[in-house]
Amino acid sequence: MGIETKEHIIELKHIKKCYVKDTPVIYDFNLSIKKGEFVTFLGPSGCGKTTILRMIAGFEKPTGGEILFNGQDISKLPPNERQINTVFQKYALFPHLNIYDNIAFGLREKKMPKDQIEEKVKHVLEVVDLEGFEKRSVSSLSGGQQQRIAIARAIVNEPKILLLDEPLGALDYKMRQEMQLELKSMHRELGITFVFVTHDQEEALTMSDKIVVMSNGMLQQIGSAEEIYHRPANAFVADFIGESNIFNGKKTSRNTVHFAGADFSCVDAYPKGTLVDAMVRPEDVILSAQSEGKLRGKVISSIFKGKYYDVTVLSGKNEIIAQRDEGMKIDSEVGVDFKTDAIHNMPSDMMVNHMEGILDDNMRLRLVDGSIPVNIENIFPEYEIRDQKVYDKNGATVSTEGMKISVSFPSEKAELSDDPVKGYFQGHITDIIYKGDHYNYCIVSRNQVEYSVDDEYLWNIGDYVSIVIPDEALQFHPVTEHDIQ
Amino acid sequence: MKKFYLKRSTLGIPYILFLSLFVIAPLIIICYYAFTNGAGQFTLQNLTAFFTSGDAIGTLIYSLLVAVVTTIVCLLIAYPVAFILAKGGYKRGNVLLMLFIMPMWINFTLRITALKEILTLLEGNLAFHPFLNTILGMTYDFLPFMILPLYNTLVKIDSSYTEAASDLGAKTSHVFFKVILPLSIPGIVSGVTMVFLPAMTNYVVLDMMYNSTYIMGSLIGSYFNAYDWNNGSLISLILLILMLIISWITGEFTDSDETTGGAYE
Repeated sequence: MGIETKEHIIELKHIKKCYVKDTPVIYDFNLSIKKGEFVTFLGPSGCGKTTILRMIAGFEKPTGGEILFNGQDISKLPPNERQINTVFQKYALFPHLNIYDNIAFGLREKKMPKDQIEEKVKHVLEVVDLEGFEKRSVSSLSGGQQQRIAIARAIVNEPKILLLDEPLGALDYKMRQEMQLELKSMHRELGITFVFVTHDQEEALTMSDKIVVMSNGMLQQIGSAEEIYHRPANAFVADFIGESNIFNGKKTSRNTVHFAGADFSCVDAYPKGTLVDAMVRPEDVILSAQSEGKLRGKVISSIFKGKYYDVTVLSGKNEIIAQRDEGMKIDSEVGVDFKTDAIHNMPSDMMVNHMEGILDDNMRLRLVDGSIPVNIENIFPEYEIRDQKVYDKNGATVSTEGMKISVSFPSEKAELSDDPVKGYFQGHITDIIYKGDHYNYCIVSRNQVEYSVDDEYLWNIGDYVSIVIPDEALQFHPVTEHDIQ
Repeated sequence: MKKFYLKRSTLGIPYILFLSLFVIAPLIIICYYAFTNGAGQFTLQNLTAFFTSGDAIGTLIYSLLVAVVTTIVCLLIAYPVAFILAKGGYKRGNVLLMLFIMPMWINFTLRITALKEILTLLEGNLAFHPFLNTILGMTYDFLPFMILPLYNTLVKIDSSYTEAASDLGAKTSHVFFKVILPLSIPGIVSGVTMVFLPAMTNYVVLDMMYNSTYIMGSLIGSYFNAYDWNNGSLISLILLILMLIISWITGEFTDSDETTGGAYE
């Protein structure tokens, strides 16, 4: 423990955050950041990454859990008592102060002698390459220059941690790339721990030692850029980072996986029969003559992307994207294969669409998002229903009210509808993953229950949909005391 | 046939007419009367008369006093109100603001009469505290004009500025005095101008509060009522110049603050 706390400058333990009571935006979030690391929080907008950053800075207080700074809980400290500085998304340079006064703000708060302040401001302006800007006003600076001043204003205080909240979002592409490299070299020179927030995966891959991928307030994966790109933990990460082909697959033996209509060799530890999401990066797809390759298909589009072509092939019902040096004629017949070891299998999330509820007196199962009818005779074959009463095999009445029952359904059996009353559950689409011949949707209900549904049709993120589940797809199981433990 | 094109400058004609008729021309007329005597001959006598008359100077000082005190009282009441409404995080902040602004929709004389009745009830006779009653009446009358610009400025101050200040180590009081207060100066300036100028001339309040002391407004009124247009015009002109100086000073203050700021300490 002693060594560990020395090594970790900041530790987030069981962090939970609710803006509205009982609707958490951050669930149980755990993360340790080592001293001197460049850590990036990456995720789509609204995934909670900025909220975490604001909690580290002290602008928000966590609803639960603790934030340890060098082993001490700082979650209740106001921002001005933390040795942490922030570079804001829109810079937040004080418009009523000139550049010198902006940078000197923090030092004056520390009551530093005047000549020392002058020296430090001068030095930090050299670091950000804006010597002689002391007397300029904020409004006379370009976006890129304001960005540098914002960084200077933060690092002049020599914080232990520098937080950067999408600081490059407002800059144009060229400038952004330049600043990425500069930030990285600044990190190397200063030796300060950088915590960076972005939704731009390229930015994250370029700069970070460690990337924390988030979605819907939950941590998806922590790893280096290479790990996250080549060995994503789940289909969400695979889809979010870079381009990918993702298929529903099943292990057919220790070394083979079946998807898109063929068996492919693969290397992983999952036993035969495991349901997996199989991912192949477009650069690992080989398009060849029709006679070669395990799959066969037809080119449906070929788009020039500068360094390469994106060629999309329709094989059966699956669309497969390949990156190639040369384009291909549309409608040409091709063979499709994958490079050896290019297939990365991820276990499908088996816990989704799995809910527990309590039977009411009308033989309906009460769940968080509503109730569904239950056929008692299917769950308990020994029971019998007569006149809306349940009898056991000895003919005695059984009270089913209050029984705990779990229900689950496979995502491919359910479908989406825009008619809110058509399905049992309703919610907004929060994620879409394209899987060859269908889309996998993540739907979050008003009560924060997550559902996963496969649908052929394209819906949009944010759409309000209802989830239609055929009765035969619902699988009920009684929950015994043993299960609860 | 030549087509008629509406030029952009053509659109300005009605406004130019309006401005020259109702702003420029009256100014010229005031200037003319201020520097002539009853017979229409040029003279500086009105000017010297004003600055040598103890009564006139006394009225000027009394007006300034009323205006300054009213402005300060309004500012002291309005700033916290505007601040709480803008930054207090009330869901219905604008409804609360409306409640403060609503008295403006009620007739001014009616409001002052009501206040007068209340004050009479409390003080017995209004004549005991003429200055206090005047300030109370003016504050009640002008407070919304101070709250509104302050609220508008404060509500626009991005929370990232205050967050940045506390992030840089400033405690709550420093965040206020080093960031929020300087950033709200434009609101203070427009609030002050909205209150100070009318407070110097609004003699109706004094009349209704039985305050028999003259302020600049009543002085001008008395001259014009006596058909002495020359002296009346001169005093109006003096008041105008005074206002110009005040707005120049306040304007200068905000400008300098934006460009050079607190400069080097």
